[in-house]
Amino acid sequence: MQIYVCVKHVPDSAANIHIVDNLKIEESVPFLLNPYDEHAVTEAVVLKNQVPGSEIIAVCLGKKDAESTLRSALAMGADRGLLVETEKVCDSMTTARALHAAIVKDGPADMILTGKESIDNEGMQTQFRIGALFDFPVVTNAVSLDIKNGNAIVTCELAGGRTRTFDLSLPCVIGAGRGLNTPIYPTFPDVVKSRKKPIETLTLPELNVPAAPGSAKIVSMTPLVQKRHPRKITGTPSAQAAEIIRILKQEAKVLS
Amino acid sequence: MKQAGIVIEVEHNQVKETSLGMITLAGRTAESLTALVMDGITREITDQLAAHGVHTIVDLVLPDAPEIRLNPAVRAAAVVHAARELTLDRVLGLSSPEGKDLLPRVAALLDAPLVMDCVDVDLNTGLANTSQYSGKVMAQIQLTGETLVFGVRPNAVPPEPRPVQAKTVVLTDNEAVPENITLRSWDNKDSEGRQSLVEADIIIAGGRGLKNKDNFSLIIDCAEKLNAAPGASRVAVDEGWVPYAFQVGQTGEKVSPQVYIACGISGSIQHFAGMKTAKMIIAVNRDENAAIMANCDYQVPGDLFDILPEIMKQL
Repeated sequence: MQIYVCVKHVPDSAANIHIVDNLKIEESVPFLLNPYDEHAVTEAVVLKNQVPGSEIIAVCLGKKDAESTLRSALAMGADRGLLVETEKVCDSMTTARALHAAIVKDGPADMILTGKESIDNEGMQTQFRIGALFDFPVVTNAVSLDIKNGNAIVTCELAGGRTRTFDLSLPCVIGAGRGLNTPIYPTFPDVVKSRKKPIETLTLPELNVPAAPGSAKIVSMTPLVQKRHPRKITGTPSAQAAEIIRILKQEAKVLS
Repeated sequence: MKQAGIVIEVEHNQVKETSLGMITLAGRTAESLTALVMDGITREITDQLAAHGVHTIVDLVLPDAPEIRLNPAVRAAAVVHAARELTLDRVLGLSSPEGKDLLPRVAALLDAPLVMDCVDVDLNTGLANTSQYSGKVMAQIQLTGETLVFGVRPNAVPPEPRPVQAKTVVLTDNEAVPENITLRSWDNKDSEGRQSLVEADIIIAGGRGLKNKDNFSLIIDCAEKLNAAPGASRVAVDEGWVPYAFQVGQTGEKVSPQVYIACGISGSIQHFAGMKTAKMIIAVNRDENAAIMANCDYQVPGDLFDILPEIMKQL
């Protein structure tokens, strides 16, 4: 199988985000492989072990320094990387077109894996747009995946522990959720080996990425800090419990 | 803008409160509202929709067979069909569990821009506010295109009555059932009786302070008493005390309840990413120096194993 994994270079979730010009974030913070994409790469490795002879290609749209995220995917077990390099900030419609064009050029794909969302823009949609451009079926928040008789049997999770199981014909697009697997933690030799794996750099003009019929553009950004001023509830556990119940009833009005 | 279509979610034959709130939000910037209802219309549903400002109610008729009717690809195609048929140039739905699997499909099929998890939307200008970077940033996003799609965060706006005259239209979608994606099975365990995390008014969540799996039942019991949804920090999930579906935080659910009661949760930056938009945060913690104690509305220093049973006793 030819397995493509779309990965994104995102700020570390623990980083403090600072905003510049009310429009973008200060990019000096550490960036890494989007956590949900780690599950996608890991699942690709699982599939490769099941179907010997498979190849895993990690694809990323981003600036030059996104190469480090591709290296992380290579250290986890991807065979090679494709970097669609751009300095531009791309919305989901353009990103999907770029990833689609890169995979078409390199392909054909038997399966495309992504994370269910990126932790920076939290758009939750690129996997569906890639699917629509290829006319491949798509599912998201996958928590289990099996290949049987040339089909993908995928269980996806809704909230509240509810699940749905789908039968997808290949090729298909699958958005990985956290329950899918435990991400591979690369060993030092894996990291060393990944440095020798090839990364091909492509650009939007050479891929002839078509213009999208719409756009989503960030026009302003403000830090989301809610200043809360804690009041202390003291006393015996019984008195504290009584006060909590009073607050729920009288202030929050969520209990009758 | 010509016409705004709102995808309605129904539960137990009632329009969900979160859907009514979305109608209120849409009504602030749109003159005429169209509701898209997919699982059958009753008198009760039309009354609720008309009482909140919906002018046109569309009964989107889907095949009866649940494996077809519940297939998100079928539902998305039906919404797209309605959008084209009724020339809807704005489509809204909830960023609910179902909505997260529906609205991106709709946007992809329409090749239209989409912002998910909006806390505010201006349907005239196409501007939407949504949080990014795990709740650290509020971004204002300008959508442009022929049709614009918005996913609205449940509980972003409370419903307000706005009675109007509503007419009902029946729309049958005769499009072929997709062959490349089939729904084989679905299971609704836990949906009955237990509150959905993203839609609950009260969430009571437990973390490391619960110490083990058995103790976590205290959170679940207390949630039942309070008619709240039980939640958990990542630690509790990683330790295997509760399933992943309970997790609130950066890599779990993002929630905006009226009240979030954090018990034995230290309040990491990743946990705050999932619950910082709660209207009120009550923190129960033995450690007065825990991060959450400095960033809540009520800090309750003490042992949750003493305080929670007291709450249950007094209710």
